[in-house]
Amino acid sequence: MSRRVVVTGLGATTPLGGDVATSWSALLAGKSGVRTLTEEWAATIPVTIAGRVAVDPSVVMERVEMRRLDRSEQFALIAAREAWKDAGSPDVELERLGVVIASGIGGVTTLLDQYDILKTKGARFVSPHTVPMLMPNGPAANVGLELKARAGVHTPVSACASGAEAIGYAMEMIRSNRAEIIVAGGVEAAVHALPMAAFAAMKALSTRNDEPTRASRPYDKDRDGFVLGEGGGILVLEELEHAKARGAKIYAELAGQGLTSDGYHIAAPDPDGSGVQRAIAFALRDAGLTTHDIVHLNAHATSTPVGDVAEANALRMALGDDIDHVLVSATKSMTGHLLGGAGAIESVFIVKALQERLAPPTINIDNMDPEVTINVVRDKPQTLPAGDIAALNDSFGFGGHNVVLAFRSY
Amino acid sequence: MALSQAEVLAGIKEIVEEVAGIPAASIEMDKNFTDDLDVDSLSMVEVVVAAEERFGVKIPDDQVSALATVGDAVNFIVKVSA
Repeated sequence: MSRRVVVTGLGATTPLGGDVATSWSALLAGKSGVRTLTEEWAATIPVTIAGRVAVDPSVVMERVEMRRLDRSEQFALIAAREAWKDAGSPDVELERLGVVIASGIGGVTTLLDQYDILKTKGARFVSPHTVPMLMPNGPAANVGLELKARAGVHTPVSACASGAEAIGYAMEMIRSNRAEIIVAGGVEAAVHALPMAAFAAMKALSTRNDEPTRASRPYDKDRDGFVLGEGGGILVLEELEHAKARGAKIYAELAGQGLTSDGYHIAAPDPDGSGVQRAIAFALRDAGLTTHDIVHLNAHATSTPVGDVAEANALRMALGDDIDHVLVSATKSMTGHLLGGAGAIESVFIVKALQERLAPPTINIDNMDPEVTINVVRDKPQTLPAGDIAALNDSFGFGGHNVVLAFRSY
Repeated sequence: MALSQAEVLAGIKEIVEEVAGIPAASIEMDKNFTDDLDVDSLSMVEVVVAAEERFGVKIPDDQVSALATVGDAVNFIVKVSA
């Protein structure tokens, strides 16, 4: 008999809040987590706005622990601790416990800070903690160490699809009987002059510096790029019977995934959207769902001129007329784009949406782009139907990665 | 000029507190870095580099493994500072 995977714990630290409850209520209230950066270096780059986490790690973490961890690792531990506690700190055989946590860029601030030290003070002063801090598997490894997980600790990397890919990989680990519980998700901590200058050089970032909270505006006619966010989201995924046997609270079922690649361009979305359409079809088939079952979708929608329309068109092609009864939320309008953390926090939001039967709003749409013909939830949350419902999260990454996760109410 | 044992111990206490988060008051000469103070091999490198900078001495890499306790480190630094 096939092994089903359910969500039994949630954790997050985002530009909207230091935990799931705070982030979720800010999201429903339509608040933006984007601010003007106050760091000195911000004046040296063309973009001076980003979504910093609402609660800095230093507020909830000991100084000595922090100094051995990259900021991305701090986010992973903070969110994983919340998720693990939320799941009831399950008593599980360690050989049946795994961790899959992704990051798009890894410990880039550590890398750059240590390079500064190398140049100014010399090799002797480069921290011996540098490698464990900058390696992209560091967030997963540190959570794995804390929980003593022994079924496997993994880090799939696919740019902005990384977080979603991690969750899908974790689902497969449980399905294939490698584990009973996986702590899964994604994090990103790349608010630094170099990554921001680099994204700006691609003309990928919004330059609406004078209106930070209005800058991330998916589907708005005047959107001009994404806003970088930081933070992370973690889900505790558990085999259904294991969860039932211990009387766990079950939020939702992670029912399937679809993965494809475009084979088109290193950064631009394929305008015909066939990779996205195939990923959606695979996810539905894998989950045993039809287009008619889908009532909510948390879109990738990063607020770039080309990406938002390409995605919206692909969604219509993939779901046909059924897209008309799907409530689409673009939560990056409030959180900014967390890159490798995006698919993870958006999965947390989908699980909350299924649980509370509320699709979060999309903010900052002053003038809807006429080319976008999907049913976008604007400004206020909308109620999802009662009964058995399902929702999708789609994530795309530079390199042409397409990942779609299918969740079902439980 | 040779450093005194007391001033080196005071400096080492501050460094270990910074690196490992152990309160300076609980750090004594007989404490073992690994077993008592949670200073693993990576953090020991930090302690050594910080001590070199603070006391203006050189602690060769091949001597570090012999510095098991706070006292070992203090006595080594006092000796080479002479």
